[in-house]
Amino acid sequence: MPIKILMPALSPTMTEGNLAKWVKKEGEKISAGEVIAEIETDKATMEVEAVDEGIIAKILVPEGTEGVQVNSLIAVLVEEDEQDADLDTFIAKFSTSQKPVEKIVEEKTGEPDKMKPASISAPTSTSVQGVSTNKRIFASPLAKRIAALEGISLSNIMGSGPYGRIIKNDVLSAAKNSKGTIRRDNEEYRLVPNNNMRKVIAKRLLESKLTVPHFYLSIECVMDSVLNARAQINSSFDSDKDKRLSVNDFIILACAKALKEVPTANASWTDSAIKLYNNVDISIAVAIEGGLITPIIKDADQKDIVKISTEMKDLAKRARENALAPEEFQGGGFSISNLGMYGIKSFSAIVNPPQGCIMAVGMSSKRPVVIDDKIEIRTIMDVTLSCDHRVVDGAVGAEFLAAFKKYIEAPILMFV
Amino acid sequence: MEKFDVIVIGGGPGGYVAAIRASQLGLKTAVVEKEHLGGICLNWGCIPTKALLKSAELLQKIKHAEEFGIFTEKTGFDIKRIVNRSRNISAKLVGGIKGLLKKNKVTVFEGSAKIISSKSVVVEGKDQKVSLEAKNIIIATGARPRILEGFEPDGKNVWTYREALMPESVPKSIIVVGSGAIGIEFASFYNALGVEVTVLEAAPQILPMEDEEISAIAKKSFESKGIKFYTDIKLESKTINNKKVKVEFLHNGAKKSLDAEVLLMAVGITANTENLGLENTKVKLDRGHIATSGVCQTAEGNIYAIGDVAGAPWLAHKASHEGIIAVEHIAGKKPHELNKLNIPGCTYSTPQIASVGMTEKIALAAGYKLKIGRFPFYANGKALILGDTEGVIKTIFDARTGELLGAHMIGSDVTELIHGYVISKSMEGIELDFIEAILPHPTLSEMLHESVLQAYDKPIHI
Repeated sequence: MPIKILMPALSPTMTEGNLAKWVKKEGEKISAGEVIAEIETDKATMEVEAVDEGIIAKILVPEGTEGVQVNSLIAVLVEEDEQDADLDTFIAKFSTSQKPVEKIVEEKTGEPDKMKPASISAPTSTSVQGVSTNKRIFASPLAKRIAALEGISLSNIMGSGPYGRIIKNDVLSAAKNSKGTIRRDNEEYRLVPNNNMRKVIAKRLLESKLTVPHFYLSIECVMDSVLNARAQINSSFDSDKDKRLSVNDFIILACAKALKEVPTANASWTDSAIKLYNNVDISIAVAIEGGLITPIIKDADQKDIVKISTEMKDLAKRARENALAPEEFQGGGFSISNLGMYGIKSFSAIVNPPQGCIMAVGMSSKRPVVIDDKIEIRTIMDVTLSCDHRVVDGAVGAEFLAAFKKYIEAPILMFV
Repeated sequence: MEKFDVIVIGGGPGGYVAAIRASQLGLKTAVVEKEHLGGICLNWGCIPTKALLKSAELLQKIKHAEEFGIFTEKTGFDIKRIVNRSRNISAKLVGGIKGLLKKNKVTVFEGSAKIISSKSVVVEGKDQKVSLEAKNIIIATGARPRILEGFEPDGKNVWTYREALMPESVPKSIIVVGSGAIGIEFASFYNALGVEVTVLEAAPQILPMEDEEISAIAKKSFESKGIKFYTDIKLESKTINNKKVKVEFLHNGAKKSLDAEVLLMAVGITANTENLGLENTKVKLDRGHIATSGVCQTAEGNIYAIGDVAGAPWLAHKASHEGIIAVEHIAGKKPHELNKLNIPGCTYSTPQIASVGMTEKIALAAGYKLKIGRFPFYANGKALILGDTEGVIKTIFDARTGELLGAHMIGSDVTELIHGYVISKSMEGIELDFIEAILPHPTLSEMLHESVLQAYDKPIHI
């Protein structure tokens, strides 16, 4: 009897996912516990392990397929002495008995004719294919390589080689021309398909801007003391550069202390009640390829600066490798988004629902400030808090920022 | 007055190929040849010399027959029969060309052509003079040995290749001046016949056009066979006394003199531009040869020049290709300009030398960052089978683009191996195309693959 391999649910709320990659091929022998495929969920790529052992007789959902319903049949496993003949009837039986598979076919192909049997390959129609509709371009291998190196599209180049083939010289002269003159690309645009992360970002932030009444509070923080403290601590880490603290680590800690002091800023809106979080879990926005993700420093108020720093480094690294577990980025009561490293002076972030506040951090820079009627130079950092007015009123937001400012300007207070 | 679309002056490998192609394209074509169809290449160059060298190579092989478990009673040679064999091969091929021209309906005029105007040519034959009208003229008159003052050939003690490839007897000793392909091939030939050979070269290396590394290997190999070399020399004078030639030259600033029975001058060639009536046209000369555009057009729009008369490299295959380019341009097609970096050059000595594209030195001077691969014959199974373990295949790639900038090889049969790289260069292949190619085992051609693997740090067999 063949064994079904079904699309797994990698989190309780997951209803569909993308089959990112098959690690094993048809005909390959697998044993229980081996990784057979990679599934892309809302924000992460997860590995799927085999439960049984056997030979992969058939892969039904090719890699790259999007929106595969949880519990749909993705592959069939057989024992070594089983025959292929059982397989087709087995798959056919499963396909007709499984509503979800049929549903995909209907949705994705959009064909009114529903009499067609559930085609196994149908879900691929939503995959990345079809983006490029170009006819074949004839170019020498060297011309292709140089075009890639120079970042030139072959579709605009007239070939002068045999039968109009694009050769090295054509690409080189195109590269030369492209420097002096305006060269308009014949293709007006190219399409980059939205991956799951892009879709989630779009959905959640649109929802936030449409339903969350935002307001914004800005404050300037004098950073000289905290920079000093950081320098002192880091100089003691001379032998171990990996341990060095970043300004962001201090910001997280100051934020945690401020949330402890103003717990009403650590809250979410629900229709019947305001949800006040008992724990201080801070989501930190991390830019990754193709989008961003918000890993969480949990119980940040109870961790020391070194612990926060090492945890943050690890989370950021794994975020960029797509290796975070769902519980590491789902949840959190408050968010920080820091664009200071890009030279941004100040900005307003969009509240990350269901959280009530997000703090946008700008660049620290030396600026003239008036102190005792004299102009002095101080290192200043602008911080802007975006608040959901349903949860946090202006005064509460202001109280939080004042507390944050207190800690970041006098970092010694964070250590008492 | 007979009218032609194309009149080709000279029936060598440039001229006869141009004529055949012109006829194929529907152009009414004539060839004027004053001596032998096939030109120097078939009659006095490529073909007969390679026939001689084959005899020499075979002689050397037979001397090593015991290594193969074969005993020969007595090894000897007869220079007359060696020469005859080479003449017969030439004659056969010349006959073939006559047939090809006839088949392609090309009219052949025997005699010397003179351009009267850009549209007319007079052919002076043995006993008649014909005036022809030409829409287009292709000059393919080739070249002749360059003569240095004071070193004029006399056909007895001072030779050019003409005498060297038809010796009546084998001299005891030869001094060869010039170590290009011609000089080296004759040095190799006469050395194999037991002649005492000395080669004089003005450049700092022998085979001056070849990669330095290959040139050094060649020199070492020839020296081990008994050929003596003097590089960086400057010829001073020659005197003939008692059937011996005494050559005086400067070597490293010091005067030196050598004598031998024969002095073979192989110091390049001179384009045959004289007595052609060029003064009646706008055709311009550039350093002795006819100046042409990328499609072989001269300053006179309907007159083309191809092959040796139009400049280096002086190679039959370059002449033939230019013939095709010129004719296609005349026929209104859009031929591709000649890329000189894609023309292979071969020397048929033992060992053979073959190359295409840039030498390492030239590539570095051009500012490329290089990836260089080398694969030696001794690590190749077929080379061991042939008993020819001397040699190397060197490949030079542009590290950035993977373009094969140059390939240089020395060893057994490399002249038959170079085409692999030539085709790739012509198609603009990159290193991956070699790396992914499957070459037959066991063959020398496997080294073409391995040399590229070595350039990219992953050779299998070394």
